[in-house]
Amino acid sequence: MIELLASRYAYALMFVLMGVGMYMMIANQNLVKKLIGVNLFQTAIFLFFVAVAYVEGGSAPIVPTEGDPGAMASPLPHVIVLTAIVVGIALTAVGLALIVRIHSEYGTLREDTLREVRADE
Amino acid sequence: MSNVDLILPLLVAVPILMATVPIALGLRFDRTGWGVTTLTTTGLLAATAYLASAVYSEGMVTHELGGWPREFGIQLVADEFSTLIALLVIATATAVLAYMRVGGPRGNTFYAGYLLLTGGLLGLSLTGDVFNMFVFLEIVGLATYALIASGDGPESAVSALKYLILGTVGASLYLIGVGFIFMATGTLNMQVLSEIMPEVLAQGGQNLVLMQAAFAFIFVGFALKVAQWPLHTWQPDAYQHAPDGVTPVIAALVSTAYAYALGRLMYTVFGPEFLTSTPYLTEIVVTVGCLSVLAGSTLAVIQTDVKRMFAYSSVAQFGLVVAAFGLVTETALIGGIIHLLGHAVIKAGLFAAAGVIAVSYGARTVDEYAGLADNRPFVAGGTALLLIALIGIPPSAGFIGKWYIAVGSVQAEMWPVAAVILLSTMLTLAYSARLLEKMYFTPATPVESPHPSGPVATDGGHEGGDGDDAHGSEHGDESAGNVGASAFTDAGRIGRGNPDAVSFGMLALVIVAAIVAVLLGFAGGELYDLLDPFATEVFNE
Repeated sequence: MIELLASRYAYALMFVLMGVGMYMMIANQNLVKKLIGVNLFQTAIFLFFVAVAYVEGGSAPIVPTEGDPGAMASPLPHVIVLTAIVVGIALTAVGLALIVRIHSEYGTLREDTLREVRADE
Repeated sequence: MSNVDLILPLLVAVPILMATVPIALGLRFDRTGWGVTTLTTTGLLAATAYLASAVYSEGMVTHELGGWPREFGIQLVADEFSTLIALLVIATATAVLAYMRVGGPRGNTFYAGYLLLTGGLLGLSLTGDVFNMFVFLEIVGLATYALIASGDGPESAVSALKYLILGTVGASLYLIGVGFIFMATGTLNMQVLSEIMPEVLAQGGQNLVLMQAAFAFIFVGFALKVAQWPLHTWQPDAYQHAPDGVTPVIAALVSTAYAYALGRLMYTVFGPEFLTSTPYLTEIVVTVGCLSVLAGSTLAVIQTDVKRMFAYSSVAQFGLVVAAFGLVTETALIGGIIHLLGHAVIKAGLFAAAGVIAVSYGARTVDEYAGLADNRPFVAGGTALLLIALIGIPPSAGFIGKWYIAVGSVQAEMWPVAAVILLSTMLTLAYSARLLEKMYFTPATPVESPHPSGPVATDGGHEGGDGDDAHGSEHGDESAGNVGASAFTDAGRIGRGNPDAVSFGMLALVIVAAIVAVLLGFAGGELYDLLDPFATEVFNE
């Protein structure tokens, strides 16, 4: 078990990070912190893809003009992570815009206060 | 078969590129968004129809983007299943624009979001690559959050944020699933994956475990996106607080496209053999679906707000589709697809009708619907037809879907599903009958109907809409907002909406949806024949 963890620590770390992100998303009352939790959750998945693509002793997947390149990391996960990061940024932007709107309408960023304000109306 | 495959990238790229046009034109002109959007979607509808004729006569059409082979590049695929969804997406997107001309949210930025949503949905239905599907999932999601937040009240921003957080979690779980698939097979193309899957199954061992983990993540992610109980909580809020013009699109298309994606992954990527050989997999999928059917229907019965009631009804109907996918028989699969199609048409019509009734009659809760049939006979008739189709009284779109699913459940010897279908029909009848009874048999209280009874103003509304153009867009936004707000807060006190606020297009959408919902009931056999090649291919591999 210890041996498995030692050799697969990247995956274990990723699931811990995901859990932290998920916990932030659920337990935090502050909307901005919730969004940071979403970001952390996504980042954990990017790290997962990086861990998948890691090749022991592999080089960057740039094919040289001559000679044997040797072991190379698969370029596909890198492309995927880049795309996913862009998507994540767009999501964060939309989320922050919505939070700005909520703050200007209700004057609060806290979810519990927001619930009270909405219940009063 | 000359260059028909070139339509595929165009269907995805054109709406996304055209989304920039309303914003660019908006710098100089005020109200160009609707015109640009209508031109684009109508053109795309024609292109999709041409594509569909090619697909249904000659079989699958594929296009490899940039000429990269499918092992490395991204492939767009139009087969019988995806073409049907693409056709549904673009036809509904075009039809709902008839509502938005006068009734919907205005502004160039709104239509930019609308085109982005259309492009994302078309991409989602035509992609043949599991990672590309994630990108389109997020494009659809982003556009949906923005459109929901375009409502008048601050409530819509709150519900959009809730949807954003939950939707992102769903898409992220799907992405983990994609990671596991990539670990196990080293490819992301669906067709290549479907060819590799039998090997993975035969070998067993680590790769099979990875695929099972991938399926678990993907299924939970999509259960969130498709709004399966108990992960549905974002949906009623989002549907209720979205603007009246936006709800028909979102309700008819977004969850439908997600359900399509789930079906596509389950049957093309994983394949029936994987589904049946993995222990407890079909049982779990069917249980989740059945629980959603029961929970969604029960929650719908106790709602007072009509839009919220329809939203919970969507939870139930999608539960039926997911259960049909879990049955893994040819009939149930086709039944699920037909139910998806019928439900989209019915819900688009019902939400459009709810919007029409809200602005013209000022009614948003079930009790306020009293006397609707006398005062607004056309929209009441359309709603009644759509509700009957939703219950599943033959011949209607709701019936054939349920029928095939029930037959499939008997074939799969999963009898409880047939019982659940019967029970859900009863519950659907319960909440639909409540609305029908209010509309047709409860007289409106005198305070609540100051207007003389008469048909809904069609011509007058249309001209009023055209006249509105002269006032400029900012004024149009204001007046639409005020009508909605006064109808919502002051219903029954000051007056009951404004019949002139309804245009011919808004009413026509409801009527056309009702007619299509009934006609689809007669087309059950034809739809079955259209989808049969897809199902046969899936089950014989």
